[in-house]
Amino acid sequence: MKHGKYPFILSFLALPVGLYAWLVIVPFAQAFQISLTDWSGSSNQFNYIGFENYANLFKDDRLVLPAIRHTAIILVVLPVVTIALGLFFAFMLNIGGRSRQGRIEGVRGSRFHKIVFFFPQVLSVAIIGILWKQVYAPEGFGGLITGALRAVGLPAPANGFLADKRFVLASVIAVLVWSAVGFYLVFFSSAMASIPRDLYEAGIVDGAGRFQTFFKITLPLLWDSVQTAWIYLSIIALDVFVLVYMMTPDRGGPDGASEVVGGVIWKYAFNKGEQAFASALGVVLFFAALSLAVVALRFGRRERIEL
Amino acid sequence: MATQTSTETETPRSAPPGPPREPKAEGAVMNVFSHAFLWLWALMVIVPVVWVVITSFKTTREIAADPLGLPAAPQWDNYVSAWTNGNIGSYFINTLQVMVFSITGTMLLGAMAAYVLARYEFFGNRLVYFGFAGGMMFPVFLALFPLFKTLDNVGLLNSYPGLILVYIAYSLPFTVFFLTAFFRTLPTGVAEAAMIDGAGHYRLFFQVMLPMAKPGLIAITIFNIIGQWNQFLLPLVLLSDPEDAVISQGLANLALRQGYEGDPGALFAGTVLAMVPIFIAYVIFQRQIQAGLTAGAIK
Repeated sequence: MKHGKYPFILSFLALPVGLYAWLVIVPFAQAFQISLTDWSGSSNQFNYIGFENYANLFKDDRLVLPAIRHTAIILVVLPVVTIALGLFFAFMLNIGGRSRQGRIEGVRGSRFHKIVFFFPQVLSVAIIGILWKQVYAPEGFGGLITGALRAVGLPAPANGFLADKRFVLASVIAVLVWSAVGFYLVFFSSAMASIPRDLYEAGIVDGAGRFQTFFKITLPLLWDSVQTAWIYLSIIALDVFVLVYMMTPDRGGPDGASEVVGGVIWKYAFNKGEQAFASALGVVLFFAALSLAVVALRFGRRERIEL
Repeated sequence: MATQTSTETETPRSAPPGPPREPKAEGAVMNVFSHAFLWLWALMVIVPVVWVVITSFKTTREIAADPLGLPAAPQWDNYVSAWTNGNIGSYFINTLQVMVFSITGTMLLGAMAAYVLARYEFFGNRLVYFGFAGGMMFPVFLALFPLFKTLDNVGLLNSYPGLILVYIAYSLPFTVFFLTAFFRTLPTGVAEAAMIDGAGHYRLFFQVMLPMAKPGLIAITIFNIIGQWNQFLLPLVLLSDPEDAVISQGLANLALRQGYEGDPGALFAGTVLAMVPIFIAYVIFQRQIQAGLTAGAIK
């Protein structure tokens, strides 16, 4: 086994590690470096200015501060709503049926529901963006929701949902939840499948209702999966940008009402030519993601129940 | 539309009418409520998708004036326009050209690295492993600009080889993370037996370990195919020539042009065209896709 081990290891690692270092690690390290300069991105001239960009970030109340606020809202709402819906649907489809002679199973048609719910997950953000932009469109442009509201005689925002400051962020979050729920439904379903059925049967014999079954048996045993889902969704929430880019007026409008951190990085880097400032914001985002993951892993840990 | 109904008929409705449910008030209320909610969500997925398919057959006037109605006559012109003016066909081919190489490369390099990291002890093993796994935490747009410059410096900007290498590099973290876990679960006995029979490290990998890792490889290949097919940010920055666009980027360009050319029918036709292959693949492979996409989470 020893013979030729190191040449082999080297030959297998050289390409992947080399490519990864060149195109991922080095660019990220450069972004950290750039964030300490005043580089515009277009010339070769720059000076090191320490943490000035970082200090200026929190003075930018036109783009950065609203973006941080909106991203924070998404960071709270998206995981909570998605996990709650995902758990509820997974429970209904796997365990909630429970009727036929005490056997534990999902409600009828659960396979169909899983197929349908999961479908948005395989659609590209570009397709989802085009689809929902039209769904939210104003009446004069043939929007689905505005059209339906008019058909039943209810008022609808005159310029559609995305051009209305009150609705635009909620509309974007709704699309994020819409596309994510199916994934977490399947994710939690496969975790639920590993819970032994006799636990439920014992619960039923003891007279547990569906609520009790869920909160006393299912949820404690799924805690690890919920934690993982929370980390995934938090990273998704911090990285929200493409949907905003595709759907909203001025890629973050109207009037900055849907600016998110990713979008502001994009604007500073590619529209305003303030590379260093954009990188500083990116670095902040990176540490936010990192600390969230650490917090989730450290404090989200509960006593593991051995089966 | 036709495909939509066919999925519905596929659903098993065979559950025999069992004995009547226990007459528990909580059960009955919950049943009605949860069934209603499940169907509501199903409709929220189906309705927008079907509606866009219907809309893609309408004239511009019908789209604006009668969003809920059916087209008077199906406008196949929209599809012709999406295919010819919208270039959807060539975006498909561009995407395929990129992905044949990027998927092969991702899987080959990812499996090689993961295998070595999972099965061999050497100095720096943990460092390399966490180097890859940590990449899952990086927000991509932090690296976009340095990456742009890096490719520009070596003349790979606006080229498929450049994009392919970037796709591979950015798919490696999850691929390596997932496959390392998978290779660790494979039994050691077979590998030892092969070594005793005189197989070298290379033969062991290609002829014994890879075939054994097939389920994991399939799952993560599906994950990467969907991920790279839907990739939007990287090509947006790294491929500036609209002729070279991959599918997501091409659709976004079409959406942008639609804004001032005023041909929404063609945009929705293009969107439907981009959805059809995904939809067909999804219906056929939905079990594998669901397993593949959620696989990483099951440790």
